Amino acid sequence: MNLENGLVESMKLSSLHQIAVSELLNGFPHAIIILDTGLRVVEMNCYLEALTGYTSAQARGVYGSFILRCNLGPKNQHFHKALETGEPISIEGNIINRNHRKIPIQFTISPLRSESGNLVGLLVALEDISVLQNKSQRIYDGTDVILGHSPKMQEVFGLMPVLAHTDASVLLTGETGTGKDIIAEAIHKASKRARHPFIKVNCGALPESLLESELFGYVRGAFTGAVKDKPGMFRLAHDGTIFLTEIGDLPMPLQVKILSVLDDKEFYPVGGTQKIKVDVRVIAATHRDLREQIQNGKFREDLFYRLNVLRIHLPPLREREGDIRLLLDHFLREFNSKLNKSIKGFTTNAHNKLLSYPYPGNVRELRNIIEYAANICQGKRVRSEHLPQYIFTHQVSSSMLQPKAYDNGQQEEISPPESFKPRGGNWNDIEKEMILQALTKTRGNRSQAAEILGWGRTTLWRKLKMHGFT
Amino acid sequence: MEKLSKILITIQGNFVAPRFDMVSEVLIASTDGQKLIDKPRTILISRPSADELCSFITKEDISIVVCGGIEERHHKYLSWTKKKIFDSVIGPYEEALQLVLENRLVSGTILPGAVGDGACP
Repeated sequence: MNLENGLVESMKLSSLHQIAVSELLNGFPHAIIILDTGLRVVEMNCYLEALTGYTSAQARGVYGSFILRCNLGPKNQHFHKALETGEPISIEGNIINRNHRKIPIQFTISPLRSESGNLVGLLVALEDISVLQNKSQRIYDGTDVILGHSPKMQEVFGLMPVLAHTDASVLLTGETGTGKDIIAEAIHKASKRARHPFIKVNCGALPESLLESELFGYVRGAFTGAVKDKPGMFRLAHDGTIFLTEIGDLPMPLQVKILSVLDDKEFYPVGGTQKIKVDVRVIAATHRDLREQIQNGKFREDLFYRLNVLRIHLPPLREREGDIRLLLDHFLREFNSKLNKSIKGFTTNAHNKLLSYPYPGNVRELRNIIEYAANICQGKRVRSEHLPQYIFTHQVSSSMLQPKAYDNGQQEEISPPESFKPRGGNWNDIEKEMILQALTKTRGNRSQAAEILGWGRTTLWRKLKMHGFT
Repeated sequence: MEKLSKILITIQGNFVAPRFDMVSEVLIASTDGQKLIDKPRTILISRPSADELCSFITKEDISIVVCGGIEERHHKYLSWTKKKIFDSVIGPYEEALQLVLENRLVSGTILPGAVGDGACP
């Protein structure tokens, strides 16, 4: 008797078909996989599909360890132990999914028995514990990880429980680096959908045709290369939340389709003839001014109003009075602990510079600056020379934006190098220009350019990719 | 004359190892682009470490890497150092090697031999 028949018999549901078993598993609030005694996959539910990136159809018959890719030992000791002892096991570990993401997991391995008492396989439940494990990202109620005492942030914190307890669409606006992603995840984790998937899609990262397949999936044969069905992000986010970041970059034809999903809660996959029903909460985010986009004919007004049911505007760091000081201390503590250092604080000059810098990249930039400084600093206090050079060069252009911020009589002893004279514009343009200048100076040598910029090679590579240089 | 290239496959038993960061054995094969020019050799790794494996790949001048699950930063590092990576490959490493030689392997392939009757590796 195979495992599936065993399940059916043990549940006294003689007519239970294979499809019914998968539907039964989909009723569990966790990712579930059923393995036979040879540790091959018999069935898995949709949450595990979302977690691993493999579909049930692909995984069936394959050894479970190849699908899960967990760190529970190369010999699957824990699975074997559960089969030998017949006792359930609960253990922490992690998996690496198809999107190259390492996810901390609480595994619960339970033996399955047939009616006659024979062990017929294992049921493994996987709970994503990334939020619990990473204390630096405690985001259950938002206020725990998103630091801020400024009145503007207190307003945001006040709104978050309200947003978490409704099921309406949310629109998050704010400059880059203000924490839109963290807020979106915090809302999801505090909502009744917390046990279900939170799927993030960057609408600006893919061309229109790919994005449509990514969002809505496709059926086999829909186009050349579509050799099997792909579920799509909306389907994977069923019962959970889909976070559409950079919604302002969404192409017009897809805006219509998103609007239709929001209204009807169903859609056709690419090339499909059958509608798929989904229950998904949409949280959208953008750094663009959507009203301006509407005026320019780049964003549909009806979609804007559909998304703009609840809205949070995240203030830029320069408008968060007092928060810079708080964040400087917080991130210094964090990197002290991560890098095993004992830096006590900042010298007056360095502190003043950090307090007066306008942070066009907001909290993300501030964190990166402190990470850089903590790595470079070998003493007890971060000095001006431990800070990235560009924040001194930025003073020229940013002073036009923030004249008061620099009117404090503080003089820095370090003058910007001649090679980095940004011509103004937003932070992206300045960063682009700095990279180009460094690469020109080093005749395209990336390692040397990274050194000049004070970045690691990986950081330079990431930024080259971000700015479309590669 | 075809350019010589070296292929590295992370292995566990007869299969492509499911995780790059837990690999304790790799197979290295040299090819002229169409066929093997030498008998593939296997190398045992004393301490599984994705960082050290990346350094090894760079040092050995490997041009093609076949592996299972790999973290984003290691994938990016290898891509950046211009290695061709076929990741998330599931199945017997010999089948994977054959597909590389035939220029037919793609990331995410589940090879026919992955669905087997033998004991779990």
